[in-house]
Amino acid sequence: MRNALIICQKELRSYFSSPVAYVLLTLWGVVFGYFFWAALGHFLTYTVESQMSGRMYSINLNEQVIRPLLQNVAVIGLFFLPMITMRIFAEEKRTGTIELLVTSPIRDLEIIIGKWLAAMLLYCCLLLFTVIHFLFLFKYGNPDWKPLVIAYVGLVLEAGAMLAIGTFISSLTKNQIIAGATTFAVLILLWVLAWSDFSNAGWAHVLAYMSLVNHSESFMRGVVDLKDGIYYTTLIFLGLFFTARSMESLRWRS
Amino acid sequence: MINVKELTKRYAHTTAVDHISFEVAKGQIVGFLGPNGAGKTTTMRMLTCFLPPSSGTATVAGFDVLEQPMEVKKRIGYLPETPPLYPEMETAEYLKFVGQLKGLSGAELQKRIDYVCERCSVADVRNKLLGKLSKGYRQRVGLAQAIIHNPDVLILDEPTAGLDPKQINETRDLIRSLAGSHTIILSTHILPEVEQTCEQVVIINKGKLVATDSVRNLQARARGAESILLEVGGRNGNLETSTVQQKLERVSGVSRVVCKHQVDSRAFFEVESQKGRKVRGDLARAVVESGWDLNELRPAAMSLEEVFLQLTGQDAPAEGTAAKGAQQQ
Ligand SMILES: Nc1ncnc2c1ncn2[C@@H]1O[C@H](COP(=O)(O)OP(=O)(O)OP(=O)(O)O)[C@@H](O)[C@H]1O
Ligand SMILES: [Mg+2]
Repeated sequence: MRNALIICQKELRSYFSSPVAYVLLTLWGVVFGYFFWAALGHFLTYTVESQMSGRMYSINLNEQVIRPLLQNVAVIGLFFLPMITMRIFAEEKRTGTIELLVTSPIRDLEIIIGKWLAAMLLYCCLLLFTVIHFLFLFKYGNPDWKPLVIAYVGLVLEAGAMLAIGTFISSLTKNQIIAGATTFAVLILLWVLAWSDFSNAGWAHVLAYMSLVNHSESFMRGVVDLKDGIYYTTLIFLGLFFTARSMESLRWRS
Repeated sequence: MINVKELTKRYAHTTAVDHISFEVAKGQIVGFLGPNGAGKTTTMRMLTCFLPPSSGTATVAGFDVLEQPMEVKKRIGYLPETPPLYPEMETAEYLKFVGQLKGLSGAELQKRIDYVCERCSVADVRNKLLGKLSKGYRQRVGLAQAIIHNPDVLILDEPTAGLDPKQINETRDLIRSLAGSHTIILSTHILPEVEQTCEQVVIINKGKLVATDSVRNLQARARGAESILLEVGGRNGNLETSTVQQKLERVSGVSRVVCKHQVDSRAFFEVESQKGRKVRGDLARAVVESGWDLNELRPAAMSLEEVFLQLTGQDAPAEGTAAKGAQQQ
């Protein structure tokens, strides 16, 4: 495990000593900032209107602002995560530094876990940025914090699964563009599998069950569903396991 | 220390390494010699557990590269063909990372970093970004990372590529000084480098082992028959090449005389002696006594270069390996 931490530390240092982390943080900040501003704006006009008309609508920050925003965070993540994972292995292969890692006395799995962990931590930095926004809501409103925490656990798990898939795809090629584009396509597909529930057939249920979003809904509602937790954890394990296989087989083939 | 038996690596369309066997004793420096595409890098990658062999076995310090890769990796320092540097890291930071990967930590790690910076003359770029280093410095940092954990076995793929002449000499000295306590394999196309640094040579061509012997034996093999270059000038502006040639052929011990070319009244000859005969004195006397000028007489560079070219079946020293070696010197 010490070795995985060494790799993780090195990855984090490369994220933060190159522009990568800062550019991602800035872009994320701009995009999420807009979402937050728009959502809050709508909410405020809605409250003002409801007060002026004298009718009592139920006003709930959690339901009307926080939940939609968190769902949007997941969607923005869908676009940002491939950008984090695309370089993970592709770059090391292109520049030849993979030769250093693989000929050092550490296991492939330690390399993979270290890199995945670093990507997770970078994503957590992005999430931290959204937390700061929500703290404002606590200052001016009185939202419930428990569902918020559970939703964040869901977001982290979901991102973990997506990052594991991206890590696997990055280990298949030395071209970052190919890795990024393929990851993006695969994640979108996994996302929209939820739409296959138009049919009542068994396969449609299976497809819909595999969708990434379907499993985040309960978390977003502030409910911990063990099934969903297991789904994401399984995806993480599968992704990292296949990455290990791919590292091995690439070595055999090339 | 290193034991390679019938090692083979097949790619989809080529056999890069074809049943190669050799041994390296502890503390020796072995030069791995071969033209481009000979399979040097591929062999080294198999020895460092980067690539698994298609067939055959290789053991390092008694551990098989396939069965116990961890044990092998612990004992090897490897400088790949392109130094594996992270452009966004600083030199010291990078060496620390590599040291940690190899299992060093704390004060010992710090000591080793200082030591290798000193040894590989990278102390003056300690706090520079690797991406901004020149080719030669990148190579030196690559060498520094290979020796950071003081490994038993060093595998260096073209360690002097891209260095300036002064640095080439320093690197060779460094490599030589590491021998004894370390077992070293280095690949190169520069023949004088092998002559200067290595005790043992392994020559491969197109994936096949061509020769493996000590440098001294190979040089002796080359010296058997001497080849001499002669420049003869006529006294009064004209010179009959054929006469000179006949005269030279009549010197005892000479087996063959070839007139290379003629410029005005000067002619260039290549004379080959019979095995073990010293003919230079007689040649000089023959020329002078016939009333011609002896402008130049020197042994043709008969070195590993020629053996190498003979063995690898290339006979045009004007191009390829020999020329490359000559230029870089
Ligand atoms: N990944 C690969 N896939 C297919 N063929 C390869 C691969 N790597 C190397 N080869 C082939 O294997 C052969 C040996 O290559 P190798 O890199 O070992 O040569 P080398 O002796 O190191 O040459 P150089 O002096 O140019 O460095 C070459 O014919 C090369 O084309
Ligand atoms: Mg090579």
